[in-house]
Amino acid sequence: MSDHDQGHHHGFLRTYVFSTDHKVIGVQYAVTALVFLFFGFCLMMMMRWQLAYPGHAIPVLGDLLPKLFGKDWGETNMAGGVMSPDLYNSFGAMHGTIMIFLGVVPLIVGGFGNYVMPLQIGAPDMSFPKLNMASYWVYFTGGVVMLASFFAPGGAASSGWTSYAPLSVTATQGQTWWLVGMVLLITSSLLGSVNFIVTILHLRAKGMTMFRLPFFVWAQFVTSFLLLLAFPPLEAAGVLQLMDRVAGTSFFMPQGLVVSGVVQDYAGGGSPLLWQHLFWFLAHPEVYVLILPAFGIITEIIANNTRKPLWGYRTMVYSVIFLGFTSFLVWAHHMFMTGMGTSISAFFATTTMIISIPSVILLTCLLITLYRGSIRFNTAMLFALSFLPMFAIGGLTGLPLGLPASDIALHDTYYVIGHFHYVVAPGTIFAAFAGVYFWFPKVTGRRMSEKLGKLHWFFSFIAINVVFMPMFFQGLAGVSRRLYDQTLYSWGDAMQGWTITSSWGAWALGAAQIFFIVNFFSSIKLGKRVTENPWDATTLEWSAPSPPPHGNFASVPTVHREPYEYSVPGMSTDFFPQNVSEA
Amino acid sequence: MSAGVLPYTVETHPVTGVYSGKLGTWLFLASEVMLFGGLFSAYVLLRVGAPEGTWPTREEAELSWKIGGFNTLTLIISSVTMVMAWASLKMHNFAKARIYLIITVLLALLFITLKLSLEYYPHWHEGLKPSTSVFFACYYTMTGLHALHILGGVVVMLYFIGPGASLWKTDPEHYTNRIECTGLYWHFVDLVWIFLFPVLYLMN
Repeated sequence: MSDHDQGHHHGFLRTYVFSTDHKVIGVQYAVTALVFLFFGFCLMMMMRWQLAYPGHAIPVLGDLLPKLFGKDWGETNMAGGVMSPDLYNSFGAMHGTIMIFLGVVPLIVGGFGNYVMPLQIGAPDMSFPKLNMASYWVYFTGGVVMLASFFAPGGAASSGWTSYAPLSVTATQGQTWWLVGMVLLITSSLLGSVNFIVTILHLRAKGMTMFRLPFFVWAQFVTSFLLLLAFPPLEAAGVLQLMDRVAGTSFFMPQGLVVSGVVQDYAGGGSPLLWQHLFWFLAHPEVYVLILPAFGIITEIIANNTRKPLWGYRTMVYSVIFLGFTSFLVWAHHMFMTGMGTSISAFFATTTMIISIPSVILLTCLLITLYRGSIRFNTAMLFALSFLPMFAIGGLTGLPLGLPASDIALHDTYYVIGHFHYVVAPGTIFAAFAGVYFWFPKVTGRRMSEKLGKLHWFFSFIAINVVFMPMFFQGLAGVSRRLYDQTLYSWGDAMQGWTITSSWGAWALGAAQIFFIVNFFSSIKLGKRVTENPWDATTLEWSAPSPPPHGNFASVPTVHREPYEYSVPGMSTDFFPQNVSEA
Repeated sequence: MSAGVLPYTVETHPVTGVYSGKLGTWLFLASEVMLFGGLFSAYVLLRVGAPEGTWPTREEAELSWKIGGFNTLTLIISSVTMVMAWASLKMHNFAKARIYLIITVLLALLFITLKLSLEYYPHWHEGLKPSTSVFFACYYTMTGLHALHILGGVVVMLYFIGPGASLWKTDPEHYTNRIECTGLYWHFVDLVWIFLFPVLYLMN
């Protein structure tokens, strides 16, 4: 990242570590998040061994980890190389927490949003550069707290990523660390979302009206509102749970609770359901925080690689706004099993059916965009294209979960795991990969290898379906999602073959990422050099140099048209950039 | 990059009609509404769900409306002095603004001192702790979080009375805007108390 332009010259620390440049912060977010994604995935690959071969020592790691973390740790957590049930529980909780709050959201919002959004609107930086830096470092601290919690007495949080009370209140110390970490992560996303909204409203270049914004920017805009308004209630809930754990209050503790035969010393009068309401009031909008930026990324890539204007740009914008509003009204469909009453269930089932409509509109618009396009099948496009059926599977399998009658049978089975992973893993994470391949030339000035990229896509695509497709079969057969060893039950044992299949799929998926890791690092130094606009794209980020200097644009761009003017009749090129005045 | 390079740091944006800092402050306050909204909702749910006779009466809660009322008045006056500080800056009278800011800080500290010495401390010693009942859990958590917001405001104001005041010499309009944003936040904190006071002191 050249920092010599416009007379800005700082030392190494100010340029790369405590930088206020949105591009450096974006890269910091993206790299940190990719590391956390890999770490969270490693936790899962170890859990998959226990699931597939319960009671067998984990190869290599079963030996290595006790040596690494000391004898005491090994005896409590990995006696004989076998993962203990407590360690399994904490890995499960931390896998979910890390993947969502430290991996996916920081990657697609903090990383892509920070880097690409200001460039796409023609801004020199974010509105509040120092706040932006603070947001990253608060996130980073939250991540460190979460990682440190693995070494707390009793291990990391082990009450699931949902931290349902009263289980979480009576859990070991790791849960307190988890809450502190969450408060930091929430604060970080709050600072970020204020910055995003103000930047999008205030720093658009001349001529960049709201309906000329690239769809990616719209997705980030709506996402920021979700982060801004949905996260604080979880912060409130986090504070209440912290009080329950530290000050002995009983917000979530009912009267006369008995744990392991011991009556708990709480005044009582609290409500465990209250936690679920406050938690899901965040966590359902959170689902759209995970999916909307992903939609934004693949929309850019699909429009660019079909060489056609987006079909139904305005419809998509209205849909994404509607999705944002509605996402606040569906949370209790996670709670049909709690016995809220049929009329409340009916309300939330109805809103849940309604919210599927704009999602289907988004998908349909993208599908119609493909029709009669002359599609370029590069790696970014392959990932973006596979997003469409994968998200569709994830979304459609969600419908039976949105209806109380079918949800009661499927709740807490592997079916649910399959459903939301199809949305987030081959959905959002594939979109994130697509984004990495697409914007890598802008960030580094070099292309990633297409050959390695296609291998990465091919093996990932097959492996990820091997991981998650069997979960639907298992779930329909009634296998519970939280079992340490399902072979102990006859109905679980009958489905063990699918567990083993799924596990091998996960390890194959891990192996397929080697292509990506090698490609990513080698291309930084060895990739083919590119000019400012390697994909013949129309949006503003491609009119800045690759990589863009401090301050982004050589001269302030003026916007003359809508974002996806591809294949305009009568032009010599098949793309008409937003900043070019006349042909 | 210094903030001065970016547009709409001081001047208002033609579409939103505010400068960036003010828009950011309003958005931040929106999230604060959701934070305290979450806590008030929790309070409502717990109170409605409490079995008959378990919620303390006003006598059992031992919260004096006189102390609470006096503190309410303290905060309202501090909101007025906050506005006066901003108005003085608008009239280019920095010295006067500084005095008003100092008064605001003193009133905030008076609020905290009264809360600690006349309420938290004696209550705690009588054995009325957060773990005593759900009501006291709510009381301590909500007023505690509110007190933290007051202290946060004090820190910001002390910064603008002290080291942050140098901005007045280089860019008075920018400094005035910052005080305006601080004021918005301060009125919000005041407003939260206006809701907390009747809910906790009067409605038992």
